Amino acid sequence: MQNMRHIFSIFADYLSQYFKTRLAYRTDFIGDFVSNLVSELINLVFIIVVFTHVPLMGDWTRDEIIFIYGFFLVPYALFSMFFGFWDFNERYIIRGEMDRILTRPIHNLAQVCLESIAPDRIFGVITGIIIMGYAAIQLDLSFYWYDVFIFIGLSISGALIYGGVYTAIAAVSFFSDSRTGIAPMIYNIQQYGRYPVDVYNKAIRFVLTYVLPFAFVGVYPAAYFLRKEVWYTYAAMTPVVAVIFFGIGLLVWNWGVTKYRGAGS
Amino acid sequence: MRKLYMELIRMRFLTMLAYRVNYYSGIIIYAINIGAYYFLWGAIYGGQQQLGGLTVEQMTSYVAIAWMSRAFYFNNIDTEIAQDVREGKVAIEMIRPYNYLSVKTAQAFGEGIFRFLFFAGPGIFLISLIIPFSFPATATGWGLYLISLMCAFLINTQINLVTGLLTFFLFRNDGMMRAKRVVVDLLSGLVLPISFFPGWAQTVMGYLPFQAVNYYPSLIFTGAITTERSWELIGFQVIWMFVILVPILVMWRLARNKLVVQGG
Repeated sequence: MQNMRHIFSIFADYLSQYFKTRLAYRTDFIGDFVSNLVSELINLVFIIVVFTHVPLMGDWTRDEIIFIYGFFLVPYALFSMFFGFWDFNERYIIRGEMDRILTRPIHNLAQVCLESIAPDRIFGVITGIIIMGYAAIQLDLSFYWYDVFIFIGLSISGALIYGGVYTAIAAVSFFSDSRTGIAPMIYNIQQYGRYPVDVYNKAIRFVLTYVLPFAFVGVYPAAYFLRKEVWYTYAAMTPVVAVIFFGIGLLVWNWGVTKYRGAGS
Repeated sequence: MRKLYMELIRMRFLTMLAYRVNYYSGIIIYAINIGAYYFLWGAIYGGQQQLGGLTVEQMTSYVAIAWMSRAFYFNNIDTEIAQDVREGKVAIEMIRPYNYLSVKTAQAFGEGIFRFLFFAGPGIFLISLIIPFSFPATATGWGLYLISLMCAFLINTQINLVTGLLTFFLFRNDGMMRAKRVVVDLLSGLVLPISFFPGWAQTVMGYLPFQAVNYYPSLIFTGAITTERSWELIGFQVIWMFVILVPILVMWRLARNKLVVQGG
């Protein structure tokens, strides 16, 4: 416990450092903000344009799909804030930065997360909530007071699922010590979770639920707020899946670290 | 000089070949993307025969061919340039007896050939076994597609050069490059055929170069348009190539005078 508190206090220190360095390049900071907003809204264009041609996707309406997308943005933003090491292979393995990480006193995964933390991604949470809010008004959804806590819990769980899978994939670099280019894979897979899984065929639905459980980052938890009772069990399972998959990610990572030989100079 | 660029293309091709994990993950990425859109469109069509002027079959082959064209024209030279600028490597590149931007283009071309032969080729073959898929019936059809695809590669590479060169002026523009990728994918007709957009949006997009990156070659591949129309589209692509050349040359000139090396 002492250890965890220590890690969190270091996170706070890194955060303040981060803002100092970011504000040194102020135009970039604003540019990044606008760019993130653009990429988030572009995906919305797809949904809106498609629904000018059809009334339903599977049995989901336009606003329900928009709601799912809005929800998805929240855990995704949390994930990309804390697990920003997209270039892990390039930066830490190829260039040998991992050697330095291993000499640091806190857990090496925490140290890597710290160094690549991207707090400005938190704006994705706001965009997501606005999009969800719009859809909720259109759908005339009603919420209970405790939904706020459920929302926070499910969002953190979703972020942990991504974090676990991504950590495990990044850990592959420890074994291969050459360029892997695996990050784009994850980047591409994540789009599956944004749409209702029942539009895909059985095999993909199985993969998205049990193998790479990205459905738990978007559609399953969102279904709870959309009051789709069929999916309630899945929504309730989200935190469990999060613990399991983050645990697996951590195990693979720790195992990988023992195999690390150092490729850089 | 030509020998140098041929050698650069060959080297990049061999580098791509050397990283085996990259190769396998690349195949998986393309399978995943095509699969995702294949099922998504299946759900969108539901029972309907036609949407936006395309049948389900036409739509699925459109998705496949659009992604396969992307395998050829896609590259990351904007990120590479940004890295060179940040690390100061670009200063060395500038005093070398070749043109830095042409070198980057040659490397991108080597990468494109690799992806085309090893991702798109086998990919399209596998897909044609599963999805009813029609190839261009005539040699002319194939020829027109390949010419158009080559133009698409050049236009997309030019767009990447522009975003890469912006690093000289903005110092860091990772966010912008990320947004650019999403914007190009949408506006080039990769995730959504242009004919799906409402009329006013199509008009606006007609004034932008992005359709030339994917929509034109894909349209030519499907054989839905006449040979004359195909040549017309290729003509548009060539015009865009010259138009985008202007900002690249201007920015390159300015960049040489403005270079601020940040460490390295």
